[in-house]
Amino acid sequence: MIEALQYEFMRNALIAAVLASVACGIVGVYVVVKRIVFIGGGIAHAAFGGVGLGYFLGINPVWGVLPFGIASALTMGLVSKKTKLPEDAAIGILWSAGMALGVIFISLTPGYAPDLFGYLFGSILTVPLSDIILMVILDTVIILAVSLLYKEFLSVSFDEEFATAVGVPAEQLYLVLLCLIALTVVVLIRVVGIILVIALLTIPAALSKQFTHSLKKMMFLSALFSAAFTICGLWLSYSFNLPSGATIVLVSGVCFFLVSLIRKAALPHSAGLHEKGD
Amino acid sequence: MAPQEIASLKDVWTDYDGVTALEGVTLSLYEHDFLGIIGPNGGGKTTLIKVMLGLVKPSRGQVTVLGDAPEKQRKLIGYIPQYSLFDRDFPVSVLDVALMGRLGRARRFRKYSDADEETTLGALETVGMLDLKDSQIGKLSGGQQQRVFLARALVTEPKLLLLDEPMASVDVSLQTGLYELLEKLTEKMAIVMVSHDIGAISVHVNKIACLNRKLFYHNSKEIRAEELEATYKCPVQLIAHGVPHRVLKKHK
Repeated sequence: MIEALQYEFMRNALIAAVLASVACGIVGVYVVVKRIVFIGGGIAHAAFGGVGLGYFLGINPVWGVLPFGIASALTMGLVSKKTKLPEDAAIGILWSAGMALGVIFISLTPGYAPDLFGYLFGSILTVPLSDIILMVILDTVIILAVSLLYKEFLSVSFDEEFATAVGVPAEQLYLVLLCLIALTVVVLIRVVGIILVIALLTIPAALSKQFTHSLKKMMFLSALFSAAFTICGLWLSYSFNLPSGATIVLVSGVCFFLVSLIRKAALPHSAGLHEKGD
Repeated sequence: MAPQEIASLKDVWTDYDGVTALEGVTLSLYEHDFLGIIGPNGGGKTTLIKVMLGLVKPSRGQVTVLGDAPEKQRKLIGYIPQYSLFDRDFPVSVLDVALMGRLGRARRFRKYSDADEETTLGALETVGMLDLKDSQIGKLSGGQQQRVFLARALVTEPKLLLLDEPMASVDVSLQTGLYELLEKLTEKMAIVMVSHDIGAISVHVNKIACLNRKLFYHNSKEIRAEELEATYKCPVQLIAHGVPHRVLKKHK
């Protein structure tokens, strides 16, 4: 892999892997501890409408995903908080409606949609510099938001009702959190693609949860895990000519299972795969 | 000097998803009160607590806490929700949970101040949980968790402390200690505690009320047998320890 680094696309891929790990390491922890994995999945898939919009308008599809992701995050949050529609039903509707919109936009776009597959399943080897700059900006926004609102996010994640009772604007913070998920989707879309975003939002954070009970440490750990998974997956996909996004996800999944099994064998009564989830 | 009124409810009705939980509840609470509210499950106990917190808006009637709407007085209200509400798997330490009580006073966009930390460590000491401050909250026993939540409520430095079934997960052997702690706290605040357990609540409180949608309350520690029966919709026999129309043991 070292000799591969002389290629610009490989250096960009490595940088993208690290930038993606920062975003999913931090935001994935909230997704996992607040148990909103499927809201994350819904936002990610609905954002496909943004990819379609990008093609339709003839701009970089990633620029379409950003507003579309934020709009779907806000819709998801408001619908689940303000209406009586059950949250899972809201997720299902937005999830599929967003994707359907994307398909319509793409069919309305004259000609052939190049690298559409890349947005669905990731194409880390073709990340252009402009996307890397966008990823740096979004990572900065995520880090800033989480460091400024760390104690508030912690309280809202742990006990939303108590947080409200002491005067924390829990509902607004929840919406901010969902928007951070949307930003993370934008960061991850080049790395693993819309369909597989949920893997990087979940696996590193769920794995780090087995090692610490501090949210802050979880964030560092899961960013590290995620970087290890993406770089390892990148290397495997380069060496064996496999699709990069899928390889990264499979590496993450296999590592998660192996580590969980080893921990379970080593510490039979401690945290592991079969943690009670009440 | 007349005791200061801490909270007041006047003819409060609630309508939540078409279900009436409270019917014309009127209640005045004064400083140093330790009010125990008993009633069957589904009788509106939790709703009453949430009305006093401003989390549930009454469809009719008026609620004030220290002369203003409860949601404006949240800094002065401590609250311990029902035990079952939290995720025991959540990665958070005892100290961090207790610190959450300071959120109403701490500055947004900042870390907790040293004063916040000191107050919180003091409260953990008060409830006897200082040694376990770095443990994960979910690893503690039910009684220990309840003490942490009490500390979290205390660091808000409340004038009104609301407890929803606080003893539900606490070993009977540890309950007395907690009750005594609460009794001591009434020097600084008024306490409202709801529970379905008549026997446990009665000895330690100094006011008692019955709630089953309607509230029976006489600003005293007395409840008539027929009111209890109206509350529980069945004859109640375990009350009246020798003294007619009393729920409690006689004061020593």
